[in-house]
Amino acid sequence: MTQMNEPLLRVEDLTMMYGDRVGCKDVSFELRPGEVLGIVGESGSGKSTLLRSISAQQEPTNGTVEYQTRIDGVRDVYQMSEAQRRLLMRTDWAFVHQNPRDGLRMNVSAGANIGERLMAIGDRHYGNIRNNADSWLGKVEIASERLDDLPSTFSGGMQQRLQIARNLVTSPRLVFMDEPTGGLDVSVQARLLDLLRGLVHDLNLAVIIVTHDLAVARLLSHRLMVMQQGKVIEHGLTDQVLDDPQHPYTQLLVSSILQN
Amino acid sequence: MYVAVKGGERAINNAHKLLAEERRGDTDIAEIETDQIEQQLSLSVTRVMAEGSLYDRDLAALAIKQARGDLIEAIFLMRAYRTTLPRFAFSKPIKTAEMDVSRRISATFKDLPGGQILGPTFDYTHRLLDFTLMANGEAPTEAPSGENPIDENMPRVLDDILNYEGLIQDEPVPVDENAPVADLTREPVKFPAGRDLRLQNLSRGDEGFVLALGYSTQRGYANSHAFVGEIRYGTVSVEIEPEELGFAIDIGDIELTECETVNKFKGSKTKLPQFTRGYGLVFGQNERKAISMALVDRAMRANEMGEQIMGPAQDSEFVMEHSDNVQSTGFVEHIKLPHYVDFQGELELVRRMRAEVEERLAKAEAENGASQPEAAE
Amino acid sequence: MEQTVKNPANGAPDYNFAYLDEQTKRMIRRALLKAVAIPGYQVPFAGREMPMPYGWGTGGVQVTAAVIGPNDTLKVIDQGADDTTNAVSIRQFFAKTAQVATTEKTAEASIIQTRHRIPEKELREDQVLVYQVPIPEPLRFLEPRETETRKMHALEEYGLMHVKLYEDISRHGHIATTYAYPVMVDDRYVMDPSPTPKFDNPKMNNMAALQLFGAGREKRIYALPPYTKVKSLDFEDHPFEVQTWEDECGMCGARDSYLDEVILDDQGNRMFVCSDTDYCAERQEAGHRGPQHHDQPLGTADRGKAAE
Repeated sequence: MTQMNEPLLRVEDLTMMYGDRVGCKDVSFELRPGEVLGIVGESGSGKSTLLRSISAQQEPTNGTVEYQTRIDGVRDVYQMSEAQRRLLMRTDWAFVHQNPRDGLRMNVSAGANIGERLMAIGDRHYGNIRNNADSWLGKVEIASERLDDLPSTFSGGMQQRLQIARNLVTSPRLVFMDEPTGGLDVSVQARLLDLLRGLVHDLNLAVIIVTHDLAVARLLSHRLMVMQQGKVIEHGLTDQVLDDPQHPYTQLLVSSILQN
Repeated sequence: MYVAVKGGERAINNAHKLLAEERRGDTDIAEIETDQIEQQLSLSVTRVMAEGSLYDRDLAALAIKQARGDLIEAIFLMRAYRTTLPRFAFSKPIKTAEMDVSRRISATFKDLPGGQILGPTFDYTHRLLDFTLMANGEAPTEAPSGENPIDENMPRVLDDILNYEGLIQDEPVPVDENAPVADLTREPVKFPAGRDLRLQNLSRGDEGFVLALGYSTQRGYANSHAFVGEIRYGTVSVEIEPEELGFAIDIGDIELTECETVNKFKGSKTKLPQFTRGYGLVFGQNERKAISMALVDRAMRANEMGEQIMGPAQDSEFVMEHSDNVQSTGFVEHIKLPHYVDFQGELELVRRMRAEVEERLAKAEAENGASQPEAAE
Repeated sequence: MEQTVKNPANGAPDYNFAYLDEQTKRMIRRALLKAVAIPGYQVPFAGREMPMPYGWGTGGVQVTAAVIGPNDTLKVIDQGADDTTNAVSIRQFFAKTAQVATTEKTAEASIIQTRHRIPEKELREDQVLVYQVPIPEPLRFLEPRETETRKMHALEEYGLMHVKLYEDISRHGHIATTYAYPVMVDDRYVMDPSPTPKFDNPKMNNMAALQLFGAGREKRIYALPPYTKVKSLDFEDHPFEVQTWEDECGMCGARDSYLDEVILDDQGNRMFVCSDTDYCAERQEAGHRGPQHHDQPLGTADRGKAAE
């Protein structure tokens, strides 16, 4: 990790309140192209709230999220028009949900699932769309014969890989992942993680991945943020945080993994 | 031999004549009078007025007669007539607190100021067919009046009793009582719709539809457990205030049923818990509709209350788009209109697709047969 | 207070000219003006209850009532024919409430109200074509929620529409939509052309006549001003195509018109005739003959009567 150019994403003082309950509080960080940031913490620690606020799905109570757009330079995503924001979300950004059903259209074929983003940005050549979809199936290790099959006929692991292909087809630069291996068997998880690691490296993707699984975090992320009760309590290089945790809560998290 | 179909015009005219004949039935039986309908089928009349959105008992009775007792058809007749009526004025808000009540009950308090007044109700009748009605239909004996006169001071359970302690959510009262209220018969509906529009939609919505949705909220497709705080049925006066006069004048009385429900409370560690409420108001005596409406009204306030949407009754776009029986019946029944042209397109397509598949199969079979002659054995 | 223009001819003395009161007509005209100004955009309007059922042309009837004047000549077709029952009913309605002249001849009409067809004869600048529309939202079957579809139109998010076409091709080898085939209007709005067969889509493009669309139940009006660009959605490598027939019209021999299939017996015998009855009659008058034509004048035998 020696990318020293401008940050792709800058989050400053992000706070999300639900009435008088804290969702997340005073979170700031920067993310550079190609960098993978893991957000860990137990459920209820505010990591999913944080992810939703950063990914423009839920306007925060306070703070800014700035993104280095391809054309217009640095923009505050919540100051963009809805049209611009939605365009950003379906081109330069991607979101991988924990449950593939939330990220796929279950009633249209795998090919159409992958092709949708291409058609949404104006691709009107059926043959090209189809070839592109086919090649993406290959990249996520799904056989070409399944191109016209419905995702509902796929296994859980395949559905998750299809969701990833559907998201990456427009060559986004920033991908949000919410517990992407959450609902899968251990053996299936390992394969998916392996695949993700390869794609992230080959495509130089910047990723923000939320997980409660420290093993997933260790395998994928360069940097790690540990959250507790809505606040970031520790932030650093992954190895450093996991091998030499400073905060008592992080120490507890790491030791509980070792014990299990 | 084919001859182009003609004569639609004559067929329609003749069909209308046949319909009129069927409506009249056996001419040896006396023709039903509209005032008989108005008096003796009064609940049909009020339903037609409620869903027809027009308070006129005589017209409703006529509509029922003309529609051969088909109430949705009668509602349709009322609506089509109503559309053409000029709008002279908007009434002032009616005051149900000043209702001349025939019936008033609360399910939340056993005794309360003003008392429980049972009034005319089917509730405790045994549903046994009364064959004397068929045999002679003698005039019933007159019901005795109550020993005590009905209290003129009849506080409303939700506003005057529960609200006294702040136990129930406040309803925001508009600053200006003459401020315009949305009217879906005059303005296109835009979503998300305000509560005024939602209530109007429910009040003229199909009784069966609103009932079914209200029922669904009780079976877990929404989470807003309800008590009937109060139902009152009686007459209220309607007033308008013509600009040139500058004061209100009474233009007549209407019969109404009003229902207010007390629902599951909300609150948090720091916020005082409060009951929430649903509201139903409908022409005539129709408690089924008023209660259902209050249940659905409350369910549709899910967003306002920050509740998770888990049932159709909470989805106001779904409810409002499908509650109107004149719209529903028209569109459901329109598929019996000719669709020759569209169907022709589908026919042509299915034939072509079948031919394509057959061709492909035949080709595959031929290739198979040619390359693997032994495999067939 | 509302002004009422009494029906001079007194066809329906209790009702205003063309049924609707003048205030309502003005409201509809405002919606129409907006619709013409933004071609293909669905303008919400406070549709009224009409004396015919929703789904049976109330939108078209309201639009016609708002634009018709005493000097207009009205033609009403359903499935291309002037004498289908619903067309007759609507024509009678205006003959009664507006006392306007009616015609079955496309060329003579100043207003043509239609359900499911566009006349074969090319329309002129001084004509108005009024469509009856059941479901105005082309995205409705992909996304049932109005709040969402309005957003999709506003942001030109039409990817989902092409997903459907993509699925058709991957499943059937071609686009399997035969009617209500979606179009792109003026390079901006995706529009439902109403359930006309896609055969009629090319006629909408650059049409000289004003095209008005009324959806009564859904309370939407939209429009195509004269000479508007209307393009049927497709893929570059799967271009839009219209239906073709191997047969010709049995009566007039036309090969360029939309044909209805007529079942002659229960032995599978059938023939094809023009769906546009006026077009067919005009060709026959000009001496054109199809294979099943036996020189019977049209309309001598009454078939399909409801009650006699």
